[in-house]
Amino acid sequence: MDPALVVEQTLNGFQLGVMLFLMAAGLTLVFGIMDLINLAHGSLYMVGAYLTATFAQAFDSFLLGLLLALPAAALVGVIVEVTALRTLYRRAHLDQVLATFGLILFFNELVRMIWGPVPIRLDPPDFLAGQVEVLPGIPYSAFRLAIIVVGIAVAIGLWALIARTRLGMRIRAGASNRPMATALGVDIARLFTVVFALGAALAALAGGMAGAVLSVEVGMGEQILLLTFVVIVIGGIGSVRGAFFGALLVGLVDTYGRAFLPDLLRLVLEPAVADGVGASLASMAIYLVMALVLVVRPRGLFPAHG
Amino acid sequence: MATRTFVAVTATALAAAAMLAAPPAGAESLRIGMITTLSGGGSGLGIDIRDGFLLGVAHADGRLGGVETEVIEADDERRPELAVQLADRMVQRDEVHIVTGIVWSNLALAIMPTLAREETVFVSPNAGPSALAGEQCSRYFFNVAYQNDNNHEAMGQHVANEGYERVFLLAPNYPAGQDSLTGFKRFFDGEVVEEVYTQLGQLDYAAEIAQIRAAEPDAVFFFLPGGMGINFLKQYDQAGMKDEVPVFGPAFSLSQDILGAVGDAALGVYNTAQWSPDLDNDGNARFVADFQAAYDRLPSLYAAQAYDAAQLIGAAVAAIGGDVEDTDALIAALETAEFDSIRGPFRFNTNHFPIQDFYLRQVVAREDGTLTNRMVDTVFTDHADVYAADCSF
Repeated sequence: MDPALVVEQTLNGFQLGVMLFLMAAGLTLVFGIMDLINLAHGSLYMVGAYLTATFAQAFDSFLLGLLLALPAAALVGVIVEVTALRTLYRRAHLDQVLATFGLILFFNELVRMIWGPVPIRLDPPDFLAGQVEVLPGIPYSAFRLAIIVVGIAVAIGLWALIARTRLGMRIRAGASNRPMATALGVDIARLFTVVFALGAALAALAGGMAGAVLSVEVGMGEQILLLTFVVIVIGGIGSVRGAFFGALLVGLVDTYGRAFLPDLLRLVLEPAVADGVGASLASMAIYLVMALVLVVRPRGLFPAHG
Repeated sequence: MATRTFVAVTATALAAAAMLAAPPAGAESLRIGMITTLSGGGSGLGIDIRDGFLLGVAHADGRLGGVETEVIEADDERRPELAVQLADRMVQRDEVHIVTGIVWSNLALAIMPTLAREETVFVSPNAGPSALAGEQCSRYFFNVAYQNDNNHEAMGQHVANEGYERVFLLAPNYPAGQDSLTGFKRFFDGEVVEEVYTQLGQLDYAAEIAQIRAAEPDAVFFFLPGGMGINFLKQYDQAGMKDEVPVFGPAFSLSQDILGAVGDAALGVYNTAQWSPDLDNDGNARFVADFQAAYDRLPSLYAAQAYDAAQLIGAAVAAIGGDVEDTDALIAALETAEFDSIRGPFRFNTNHFPIQDFYLRQVVAREDGTLTNRMVDTVFTDHADVYAADCSF
């Protein structure tokens, strides 16, 4: 196998992985700390992409667009948390699923009313539009490298926030024992709002960066939401570290599967059969990994607590 | 008690009013069921089909074939089971004469048994699966757009004509994707370097693009409609591949509804279709101008097909003097209907699919910077699908 191709596919896997991590981090925090299944997390990703595209066009700068979209999406998150989700914390998970599914429909229609049904345009910034030679003879998209860098920076930042700050201490306290944290004077309602806003901003960051690579369209959130749930189930629900390694694992398995499975099968099967079987197996690969992880470690690779 | 009586009376009155407002069955009006995708993924295509059809009705002053026309809309959400329910409702409750609108082949296949059983005509403005063109064809099914293989066949012919010898093929792993590559290979006589099937709705194509780079083909043929095409074209351009290995596709991969989102990454790419916005005929010029005026965007291939569906129905209804209750006469009239299709010459084959020309188009920038397709050449003249021989009603 061509070593250059392996290097390139590994980078592709990392890039998909950190993108999934940005989504999964917010979702797993909300899940682990607030005990809320939030299907509408993908909607915040979509809103982030649309806001980034709109601001980027208005100010003719991708970076400015992304920087403005983050607080704007966090604000949307706060509004959603205060008006809709707050009533759901004490209810069963099924009620939460139904209500947040309703939010998906609501956001999809809202986005269609504001931006129209046709996908909109978002280009990467000019200085990241080209290629960089990562190793001699291996060019790689500069923007995708930037996504990897941002993703890793966010991972370190989140770790520092949770492990080293007072807010992080409260988050950990709220996650491990909510009644005790309340008794010690932590304002849980406010903490939840802050966590949800943080999750929304992370989703918007993923959406804004993904929007430069992918299509910015109504329903884009649902496409990535499923993968995100796979990530947090593999990583361990509520664990940010689990989300990081789960996301990298899913990104690499998915990319390697698509890149190399058909070729490997060609060694033993007819080419036409190998391509068909390879494509089908590749699309199942991450779910097979998830099933395997659930058998070996039912609580995920890095269980959050207990 | 008094309140309850009042409520009951009001409810009865409202129900009576609703019944009065509903169209009485058998009246002198043409009722058309527009079942299409108006929300969720792919709704851009459905909305274009609805808008194109309504423009066709408006151009006939609301009277297709001289008969007062009522278009009843319903959203299938791209779900086959919902489309079947809607088709049932349209036939039973609304007593429509014709159903149209369906975008997706799997939905068309799902509703066709219902419509054939109820003897209701289905004029498809897009979906043209091979199953309905060959052995399972139905006299109640008409396709006014194309048979699914056709656009891919045209591109296979063009790529072969241009002398490309080693081609890399890319399509989603579902029936229309496999039909697409089959159609391409039917007319492309060079070497297929690799055939890659991707997931339906796949987001990231970096792995496939790296494979293309490693395989070093002369050209790439890709069938990725909607958002998948946007993702692929952007990423292919960002990987610096667009100038290395040229891409070719059917019109679905480069239709008007995605060009705005893809941007310059689509500029210059060739694609094939049975229609182009700059085709030189009076009807087409009027269609494009009026569509833009009415909806403030350029029409896509899908809108053009739906506009022709309205024109076809109008011509058939006029030919039978407006007696839309006579389904057999309506079918006979549809088979021979003569109308000025905005795509140029058009007639139905024996399997109710079109015999028509296919054109090579190129993505270009207009003066105002928006992207659109421009006609370059004619690839096929009077092209028919290969399944018609297997069809007998």
